[in-house]
Amino acid sequence: MIEVRWHGRGGQGAVTSVELLAQAAIAAGKYAQGFPSFGPERRGAPVAAFSRIDDKKIKVRSGIYKPDVVIVLDSSLIGLIDVTDGMKPGGKLIVNTTKTPEEIRRELNFTGTVATVDGTGIARKEMGVPIANTTMIGALLKVAGFMGLDALKESVEHRFGRIAQKNLNAMKRAYDEIKISN
Amino acid sequence: MAKRVGMEVALAVAEAVGQCNIDMAAVYPITPQSHIGEHLSDLVADGKIDAEFVTVESEHSAISAIIGASGTGARVYTATSSQGLMLMHEILPIASAMRLPLVMGIANRAVSGPLNILNDHSDIMPQRDSGWISMFVENGQEAIDLSIQAFKIAEHKDVNLPVCVNIDGFQLTHMVEPVEFPDQELVDKFLPARVPFATLHPSNPVTMGAFAMSDYFTEIMKAKDEALKNSKKTILAVWDEWAKIFGRTYKPVETYKAEGADILLVTMGSMGETAEIAIDELREKGVAAGLVKLRLWRPFPFAEIKEVLTKAKKVLVTDRAVSFGGPGGPVCGEIKAALYHEAVKPAIYNYIIGLGGRDVRVSDFTSMINQVAAADASKVTDTYEFLGVRE
Repeated sequence: MIEVRWHGRGGQGAVTSVELLAQAAIAAGKYAQGFPSFGPERRGAPVAAFSRIDDKKIKVRSGIYKPDVVIVLDSSLIGLIDVTDGMKPGGKLIVNTTKTPEEIRRELNFTGTVATVDGTGIARKEMGVPIANTTMIGALLKVAGFMGLDALKESVEHRFGRIAQKNLNAMKRAYDEIKISN
Repeated sequence: MAKRVGMEVALAVAEAVGQCNIDMAAVYPITPQSHIGEHLSDLVADGKIDAEFVTVESEHSAISAIIGASGTGARVYTATSSQGLMLMHEILPIASAMRLPLVMGIANRAVSGPLNILNDHSDIMPQRDSGWISMFVENGQEAIDLSIQAFKIAEHKDVNLPVCVNIDGFQLTHMVEPVEFPDQELVDKFLPARVPFATLHPSNPVTMGAFAMSDYFTEIMKAKDEALKNSKKTILAVWDEWAKIFGRTYKPVETYKAEGADILLVTMGSMGETAEIAIDELREKGVAAGLVKLRLWRPFPFAEIKEVLTKAKKVLVTDRAVSFGGPGGPVCGEIKAALYHEAVKPAIYNYIIGLGGRDVRVSDFTSMINQVAAADASKVTDTYEFLGVRE
């Protein structure tokens, strides 16, 4: 089972990301959960959302405390909250930033895999908005590798209709452009 | 073939209710129920279901409105949580006394105070004695299945009672997970149109829910009690039919690795599957632990509970609510009552867990069971423990 924690700010679409990812994984025949951090939400405040993906039925319904992968949708959260909290030593940290993986590694003193991509820049170019939630799904699939990008097509089309292709293009670019440091 | 999709459970519940050919729904929004009502209102507005969605100014009005509509013979639905259910409280026993087959989804949430929007069972427990059939689910698929079954049970000629389906707030309602919707054709066959025993109609006036003083009140209460107890036959028959058509089995009390267990853990609601993982871990270490999951809260399944729990040496009952100043948790109180007359009975331990959304992890279940395993059964007392409380 892969457990993923998403960090973002209210309004940046972390919850949409976990929904899309779970729907896509389930459509691909896997088992998945997608859920927000339970409780009140405020636009702009730090939020977390969670994904679980497995090949067999997922029984656990408690929170995720030791994620395999952490995705940071908004790099301004680094330093504000401990984004690597509870991460397994070989865990994978993915950050939406213009910085290199090495720079992030130094900032956080993190020993696992670090991957960075300018998700916001890609989202701006491909979709005209600085919202990188769908873009970063591409980054996750490259780094975690539990399913292909094609798996997202149906759920993204269902959710976004005529702007779906732009989202898929942005995902593809993040998938291709992400820099990974093991 | 039924299609397997990933969907938020609250939306799935609304979709399932939408498959039930309802005539009318009245829902007032409250977290974590709101997505059920919102999506049901979408389905009506989009013309996907042919029903009236009545927007009301409170939960008190929502339940009152569906009572009126049900009296005319309509198939009706509402959903709520926490304070909303507390506001309905006054009306709930009226619905059961009037023998109206309402169906209500409850996205279980703690009641104030202090204000808390997260999951526990303190909203349904004060409704315990209101004469409703009350069932619990542990995942999204069960929420779909029981929401559909609820109409069939409620409207059965031998039942005619309101039914509530308890769906843990957030842990279930806000979870995107795999679910499968039954084929509409099969649902239509399983759930034909309601046949009411009497209806309100201007051209044929009848009185429902009239006045009764001491000369009749006791008889009406006895009738309600009998009706609720007798409903179990219908519930079992409906679950049997469901298993035959849809292949998923439901029982008033369900077990997991309970065979040969010295210690049985009892859960109700969404924590059942998490507890299964703890049982697996303990069994691997040679601890003879098993799990008993209570699905039917009212009518309380006395026979099934006795049957399974008397085989164990120790029983660990978890409760998600407190009966303040009472015997501990309401579930444990019921289980003790069920076992009192048994010649051989287990030592019973009660833990209050997961209040106001406090997470209960696999390790919490294993440590509770290990504590009970280590306890001297001859020294068991009538006390109870709040898991992990800071004092």
